[in-house]
Amino acid sequence: MTSPLDQKIKITGPVVVTANRVGDGAVVYRRADGGWSTRLPEAAVTSNVATAREFIAAAVADDLRAVGPYIAPVKLTADGGVQPGNLRELIRLGGPTIDLPVTF
Amino acid sequence: MYLYDDLDRTLVAERVADFRDQVGRRLSGELTEDEFKPLRLMNGVYLQLHAYMLRISIPYGTLSSAQLRKLAHVARTYDRGYGHFTTRTNIQFHWIKLEQLPNAMADLASVGMHGMQTSGNNVRNVTTDQWAGVAPDEIEDPRIYAEVIRQHVTLHPEFSFMPRKFKIAVGSAAHDRAALRIHDLALRLHRNGAGELGFEVMVGGGLGRTPFLAKTIKPFLLKRDVLSYVEAVLRTYNQFGRRDNIWKARIKILVHDLGAEAFAKEVETEWRTIKDGPLALDNAVFAEIAGRFRYPDYVPLDDAPRALAEARRADRAFDVWFGNSVTNHKVPGYCIVTLSLKPEGGTPGDATAEQMDAIADLADRYSFGEIRVGHEQNLTLPHVAQRDLPALWRKLADIGVATPNVNLISDIISCPGLDYCSLANARSIPIAQQIASRFRDRNLARELGRLHINISGCINACGHHHVGHIGILGVEKNGEEFYQITLGGKADEDAKLGTLIGPAVPFAQVADVVEDIAAAYVELRERPDELFIDTVQRTGVEPFKERVYATR
Amino acid sequence: MPLVKSGQIVEDRYVRALDDAPIPDGAPVIVQAARFLADAAELVARDAPIGVLWPNDRRVAELAPWLDELALVALHFPKFKDGRAYSQARLLREHYGYRGELRATGDVLRDQFQFLLRAGFDSFEVRKPADALVFAAAAARYSVFYQPSADGRPPALRRRLQHGGSPAVRTREAV
Repeated sequence: MTSPLDQKIKITGPVVVTANRVGDGAVVYRRADGGWSTRLPEAAVTSNVATAREFIAAAVADDLRAVGPYIAPVKLTADGGVQPGNLRELIRLGGPTIDLPVTF
Repeated sequence: MYLYDDLDRTLVAERVADFRDQVGRRLSGELTEDEFKPLRLMNGVYLQLHAYMLRISIPYGTLSSAQLRKLAHVARTYDRGYGHFTTRTNIQFHWIKLEQLPNAMADLASVGMHGMQTSGNNVRNVTTDQWAGVAPDEIEDPRIYAEVIRQHVTLHPEFSFMPRKFKIAVGSAAHDRAALRIHDLALRLHRNGAGELGFEVMVGGGLGRTPFLAKTIKPFLLKRDVLSYVEAVLRTYNQFGRRDNIWKARIKILVHDLGAEAFAKEVETEWRTIKDGPLALDNAVFAEIAGRFRYPDYVPLDDAPRALAEARRADRAFDVWFGNSVTNHKVPGYCIVTLSLKPEGGTPGDATAEQMDAIADLADRYSFGEIRVGHEQNLTLPHVAQRDLPALWRKLADIGVATPNVNLISDIISCPGLDYCSLANARSIPIAQQIASRFRDRNLARELGRLHINISGCINACGHHHVGHIGILGVEKNGEEFYQITLGGKADEDAKLGTLIGPAVPFAQVADVVEDIAAAYVELRERPDELFIDTVQRTGVEPFKERVYATR
Repeated sequence: MPLVKSGQIVEDRYVRALDDAPIPDGAPVIVQAARFLADAAELVARDAPIGVLWPNDRRVAELAPWLDELALVALHFPKFKDGRAYSQARLLREHYGYRGELRATGDVLRDQFQFLLRAGFDSFEVRKPADALVFAAAAARYSVFYQPSADGRPPALRRRLQHGGSPAVRTREAV
């Protein structure tokens, strides 16, 4: 698989960098301070290709904390909120769209 | 059941220690993800959308009650209280944490279970008929040969880094319940003209982006030669399979590019140099392996006891379930019971920890402690006394695994799709649920008869959509989920790939389309007992296509 | 890149004469496949050991006439996931009876040591120094093997038969 750094970055709107946390696999988003958060609103958002490239380069270098980083689209709401930009990202953030088996 | 001995247990324990060390090195940063990924994959650890996923091998689909209880324990302790049975007759847990994986593996190892070779470019879980050892139409228990092969390919020094994954199936019955022709390598036990037992060898089957049915490269191979021949096939593939393009790396492409005859010749040349070496098997070896399979102490029982007939007369729901989920056993007075993991509103193949525990208890009480997993994503109790059926049925119904829809339109085979899987382009499970809900009327479903729907959320085809009577493939178009529909596929002894009927339809229309197809079938069939698949074969897909697209 | 032989880190006495580099007199040397095949008779007649660096996409059958004279065959792993050289190694050892040094080169890592040994390799150009240091432990992670291979260790099946076969669990039902 091509490294995310070698892939052509095509951006048509605001994006964030997302990955999974190494220890438990949780979905995480890259913050502006270089840390990771499970909360999408804390993610660093950019619409600029050069900035996105910097974000992803830094994320790839952070191999010890995050696995499989990539650039994902987001939607900005009128009140300044951030929402997942497609169904896949919606599911990653919110979980499966089906009822999980009832237990206990 | 196959009984592990100290050697098997030592190997699994050494594997756990090995993996614990690898996880430690990953968490400490000694291993990069690039280096760790192939190592975790060799232990069945994937990274999915929400978390890591652990896939546990269930060799040839046979489980003991103790193993099923341990799976329940893992679901409860390390996951979210449920597991998903797959079309490769494995189980996977979707919410596992890497940090806890070595402990989960150690717990599983205590009952001889592991994730070895449930992923990675090696030989995957060897599968067979889920009724192996009990089906009236089989020649011999194919699990003996599956086990010989399982042992041979486990941590094989030469074949752990092949061009791509490699799936093997073994069948020995007149009716193919193991989907032999969609495997990279399949072995079918049969008798030749001289009455000797041997295998028909098929290679190069597989679904995915470029589906192929396996071609027979050796009509008859003596049992003694089974390992050397498998070795020769793997060696040929390991050296000459393509490694430059992941989409062309499976053996099916090599067989197709070389031609089956040229491929067979290459294998034959290699095989002749090794067939009389250490891999030649004698009867002592087969007896040794067979001796480790524990078979129940069946007691003499009346076939079709009167109490059973009375129970069927007395309770319509029981009778319906009996007609649907109970199958003939080779021993008089016993039967094979299929437990549907396809309840309406559920996820095909999912079972909760509570269900697993309860099924383990029922297996102990009614099935000599044995459970099977089938590629249709249902479970089987393989040794049930017919007289116990009414009592068993009530208990199965209590835990939600007695939906009488086995082989009917709502017995849908489905991959996890975009709800879990990082490869998926579209969701599968909600489609399965919509269709099941649309055909919730059991009379309608029974009226339609045997009808297999297979759903895959991407071209990798884990839901085997190419061989569904109705196949549904999720694709993505401009950010929306669309579904291609194929008709006429089947994976039995007369395997066929389905035919695409037309443009993909949006998410919201899939259940309508299936309804149209079902309605067209009812009109087109010549007799009420002409099966859906037979009607499609007779008429071709055109009349179905017209019906589906007339108003779309 | 440390070289491991017999479980020890050792100095590599071979010189690599790649492409058209001059071949030093009297020193053990490794050359590439094409050069070796072109001048094989001359190269094996030198008074110093000769080795060949063999690519993983060329049939080892081509080497068969020279195996008695070759002191070393180096097989290559461009990525550890590319396992073609395992088959080449076993063919050399088990089919052609090659007894000289069989060296693994390229992406050679600790998690593959045991596979490599079992396939018949006996020297290792280990990519990471830390892996070379733990060679012995990494190569002894497993004590049970299910298949016979070039290392000659008996597989589980044969060990069981030597110990009298399966426990009298129960004989199979007659089918």
